[in-house]
This record gives sequence, C-alpha cells and structure tokens, in this order.
Amino acid sequence: MLLTLEGLNKTYQTSSTKVQALSNVSLSLDEGEFVAVQGPSGSGKSTLLLAAGTMLQPDSGSVSVVGSSPYSMTANARAAFRASHIGFVFQQFHLVPYLTVFENVQAATLGLKSSERASNSRVSLLLEQFGLTDRSHHYPGQLSVGERQRCSIARALLNGPKILLADEPSGNLDESHSEIVLQELRRFAQNGGAVLLVTHDSRAAQTADRVVYMQRGVLSC
Amino acid sequence: MHSAANQPMLSQLTLTGLIVREIRFRKWSFLLATLAVAAAAAMIFGAEALLRVEQCMTERFLKQQQTETESSIQAHENRVSAAGSQLQDTVRKQMLTLGFNILILPKEVDLAKLHMDATITETMPYSYAEKLANSNIITVNHLLPSVTKRVRWPEHELDVVLNGTRGEIPIMHRALKQPMLDAVAPGQVVIGSAIQQKLKLEIGQKVTLMGHEFAISKIQPERGSIDDMSLWVDLTKAQEMLGMQNLIHAILALECECSGDRISEIRREIAEILPGTQVIERYSQALTRDEARTESKRAADESLAIAKAEGKATLERVVKERTSLLQKQQELNNILEPTVLVMTCFIVAALAFHNFRQRRSEIGLMRALGLGSMSILGAFLGKALVVGLLGGLSGVAIGIAMIVVRIMSVSPSESLMATWTSASLTWTALWVPILIILLTVLASWLAAYHAIRQDAAIVLQGE
Repeated sequence: MLLTLEGLNKTYQTSSTKVQALSNVSLSLDEGEFVAVQGPSGSGKSTLLLAAGTMLQPDSGSVSVVGSSPYSMTANARAAFRASHIGFVFQQFHLVPYLTVFENVQAATLGLKSSERASNSRVSLLLEQFGLTDRSHHYPGQLSVGERQRCSIARALLNGPKILLADEPSGNLDESHSEIVLQELRRFAQNGGAVLLVTHDSRAAQTADRVVYMQRGVLSC
Repeated sequence: MHSAANQPMLSQLTLTGLIVREIRFRKWSFLLATLAVAAAAAMIFGAEALLRVEQCMTERFLKQQQTETESSIQAHENRVSAAGSQLQDTVRKQMLTLGFNILILPKEVDLAKLHMDATITETMPYSYAEKLANSNIITVNHLLPSVTKRVRWPEHELDVVLNGTRGEIPIMHRALKQPMLDAVAPGQVVIGSAIQQKLKLEIGQKVTLMGHEFAISKIQPERGSIDDMSLWVDLTKAQEMLGMQNLIHAILALECECSGDRISEIRREIAEILPGTQVIERYSQALTRDEARTESKRAADESLAIAKAEGKATLERVVKERTSLLQKQQELNNILEPTVLVMTCFIVAALAFHNFRQRRSEIGLMRALGLGSMSILGAFLGKALVVGLLGGLSGVAIGIAMIVVRIMSVSPSESLMATWTSASLTWTALWVPILIILLTVLASWLAAYHAIRQDAAIVLQGE
C-alpha cells in the first residue's frame, strides 16, 4: 500500500465549540489507484487530505506513507519526506506570485537536498507536457486560471512523488480545463501513482476508480 | 510549442534566489524599509560622529587656546621681566645717584647706646670737620658737624634731643654744591612735629630753652623717628648751651658717592684723614633701595600673576562653555538615538509583519513543499539582513558625507584624515551598521517567528 490511514480522529477545538473533523477514518490507496473523497463543505475532506499529506497530525490513528510512519519523524525529516513522496494540488493553486511559471515548478525542489533535486530539463519537460512552455517566463498573474492549475500540477509532479493529493483541483476551472486536470490525475495513477482527490463535485469524483463519501468526519463507501 | 532544449539555461532555485525575487517583486515595501533603516543609520552615525568630531575639535581648540594663552603669558612675563629689570636698574641708579649718608663718630662711641638713646657721650674736636673739608676726600659730598644731646627742657618739663648744627661746611677742592640741608640761623629753632603737637607751638612763636630765647623758624613734618622729639639750633649756640665749645659729637656726611662695597673705601679714606673716628651708614638709603627693589619686583610679580589668572580664567570659561555645549549634545543624543532605534525597529517590525501577512499562503505552500522551519526563518531573516545591510551601509555613507561637509566647513585647514582618526570615526562607521543590521534582524524576528509557528494546514485549508 502506498497510503494507509487507520482509525484517524481529529477534533478542532474553538473557544466555544468542538468540531469532530475526522472520526475513526480508515482508508488505503494502492499503486495506480485513484480514489475520490466526496462530501459537502465542512465534512472533513480537506482535513483528511492534510492528515494523509503529513501536514496535519491526527489526534489518534496511524498514517503510513510508502511504508513509513511520517508522524513519528521529526518535523524537518517529515518535511523532506513529504517533498520526496507527496505532491499537492490545491483549488487556489498557491503559486508564488513573484516566481515565473518555470520557477514555480522549480520551487518544488526547495525542500530537497541539491543532489536530490530534479534537473531544469525535467522542469522544461513538464512544462511542455502541460502546454506551458510559452508561458515559462510569465508570472502567475499573467496566466489564465487553467494555466495556473496546470502549473500547480506540474509543480506537484516534479519530484516524482508516489502519491498525489488534490483538494478541489477543478473547483475554479471551467469544464474543459477541469477535464484536462482530471485527465492528468488519471494519467498519474495509470503511471503507478496513487491519487487521493477531495471534491464535492460528483462529476469530478466519477473520474476516480473509487469514490468514498464523507459526512461530518465519518467516511463511508 | 517550444521544446525543452530551447529553454534558456536556468539555475537551480535557491533560498537566496527566493529572497532576491521576493525583494524585486515587493520593491516598494523593501525600499521603504531600507530607507527607514538608512535614515536611522545616518542619524545615529551623524549624531555620534558629530559629537566625537565636536569633542575632537574642542580638544584641539582648547589646546590651541592653551598654547596661545601660555605664549601670551610668556610674552607678558618677558615684558614684565624686562620692565622689572629696567625699573630695578632705574631705582638702583637713582639710589646710587642719591648716594647714601654716613655718620662720622668718635671711635669710642657705643653704637648700641647711640641706637637706644640717640645720645652720644663722646666728643671730637670741631676742627675734625674743617680738616675733612680741607682734605682731598672724594667719596663724600656734604659735611654737617653737629652736637646731639638728650636734655630736659626745663621751661616745659619735657625731655627732648637738642641738635646743634651749623649747616654745610664747603669741601674746598669741590665746586660748591647745592646744600642738602639748611643751617639754622642764630636765635632761631627748628622743632620736631611731636613737640609742636604736644606744646601747641607755631612758627614765629618765641620759646625759651634752658634760659635762651629762640624764635621757631620751622616745624619739621612728622618722620616717625626720634626727630619728632628733637630741636635744632645753631651749632655755636648749642655748644654754648651744652658746655661743649669747639667740640662736636658727629659729622654727618651726605650724598656719599659709593656703590656696592664702597663703604669700606669711605671708611679707609676717612680713617686716614681722621684717625680715632668710626663711620656708620645711616639706615635710610640702603633700606629704601632694598624696599624699592622689592616693591618693583612685587609689582612685576603681581602683574604677571594677574595675567596668568586672566589667562586661566579665559581657558576655564572656554572649557566650561564647550563642555556645556557637548553635554547638551550628548543629552540630545541620549534621547535621539534610542528614539530613532525604537522607531526604526517599529517600522521594520511593522513592514515585516505586513510582509508576513502577504506571504501566509506562500509559507503554507513552502511547508507543503517540504521546507523546514529554518528555511522559512531564513527566507524572512535573510530579507531583513539585506534591508539592514543596504540600509545600514547607505545610511552610514550618507552620515559620512554629512560629517565630511561639517569638518570641512568648520576647519577646512585641518586635515580631514587627522580629524577622522582622532575622532575614531572608523570605529563608529563599523559599529553603527552592525548595530543597525542586528536591530533590523531582531525587529523582523517576531514576524519570522510567527511565520514558522503558522499552522500550514490551517492556511491551506483556509485558502
């Protein structure tokens, strides 16, 4: 298994209320598997994604990524581990405004040692793959939303991760651009990676091999 | 579509590259922060350097004043010394010209008794005076034979000293000199001031002395000596009254031309002419000479002391004024520098926090991309370092320019490097940028700390 989540619980405590974001959530993704988590806003989908992405330590339960337990690592070791094995795609793209398209993709290597970094030719190949070669020296502000999302996917794929975590990647895109993005995710899974897609869009979820539902922190098939 | 091979050569993206690109992207806020830091550095360097330069110039000015004052005092001292020497010389010459007085007495006269009682018991013949006048003596100018005796003035029940004098005996081989003392005419008497006051006598009044009548011809001014209780009458009359016909007590020799140890020469010369006599110097001339010398020296010393005191007072006043000025400047610096530093810290911290808020999403992403806390801290503090470095150096450069202008305007003749070195401005030019860099980094620390403490998951979820 590339990703195994077992019995995850996560509660957000505010001054007046407690919100159970994850309640005994278990999920496994194998190589080449594309799983979609569908549910309404506030159901805990993003929390599940971040917990799986080693960004948010659950209150209880275990997370295993490519056979390792990231939450038992130190923060810096976990960060390096994340950079090597996990790719993120966000709804808001999170492109760095002062970096060009080329540099934004390159930014994925910042968390790695020099010897482990992908070459510039790989960056160029990805840009070509995502039709962004002409835009490589443009800044995010000069791109269309579709181009921005493609750029963020290219960045997520640069380090050759085993797992791709996508949080509403087509949420801000029109139908044609959504289709392109979802196809790229599928292609990643077909190439042996594991994709965990979080969405409230049932059409996007249908692209996945398997769809699970989430309601108030509880995952169901 | 371009191929990968057509891509220009691009270097790897590093943390430094990230900092540089972020600065370029947000150049106005970077410029604002740098300007604030530069202004602070310029102010602090300027204030510190100005104080040091002023201190240096004050020291130099005071040294110059000290030298000028010392030169002035030295010159004054030389002038006073020269004038004093001249005065002493003049007085000496005057004293020498005046000569001094000697008294020729019978050898047997007890000088102690003479000084105590003003009375001479031994006598010598009147012919001694004539013999001396007729001799070839060269050291004596005027000769006054006299009798002197303490007597009772029975008519007034008063003890007085009776002097009989005949006036000057001309020295034969000399041209007649202006007489130093007038003779008392027969039938007349000159009285001392104390007698006059005691008996309420007046000039022209008739008095009877030991049965002889005299008219008062003169009253001597007060002398503060035995003279005040003395009477002067014609020598012959006095000899008669005292029963000392053809006898005298002493010969007063006035205006003796002698200097240095010429008293010995006078004694030798007189001893040859008048054996059986002794010669004593009358105190007044020698004492006057010594007093005149002492007085002239005292006046010179006093004048010099006044000049020194005035010079010292001027220096002290200048030191006080300059010290007061520097103290005020130091007090101003004590307020200005911390204020500037606090304000700069505040501005830098505010801009750093603004920057942090602008980059929250970016920080979340960096976390997702695997950047550790130190890298994120480095991205923030690295930028602060650049701001501090550029601001600190440019500010100090501006401060240096201001100080150079100041030095040149105040003392263009002075060597700029000399002032720079003596004011230790190199040290100031080193520590000010270092302090500014440290403060800038410190002020940015809080924002950087917030950045690394930020929960990336919340940011990414929130966005």
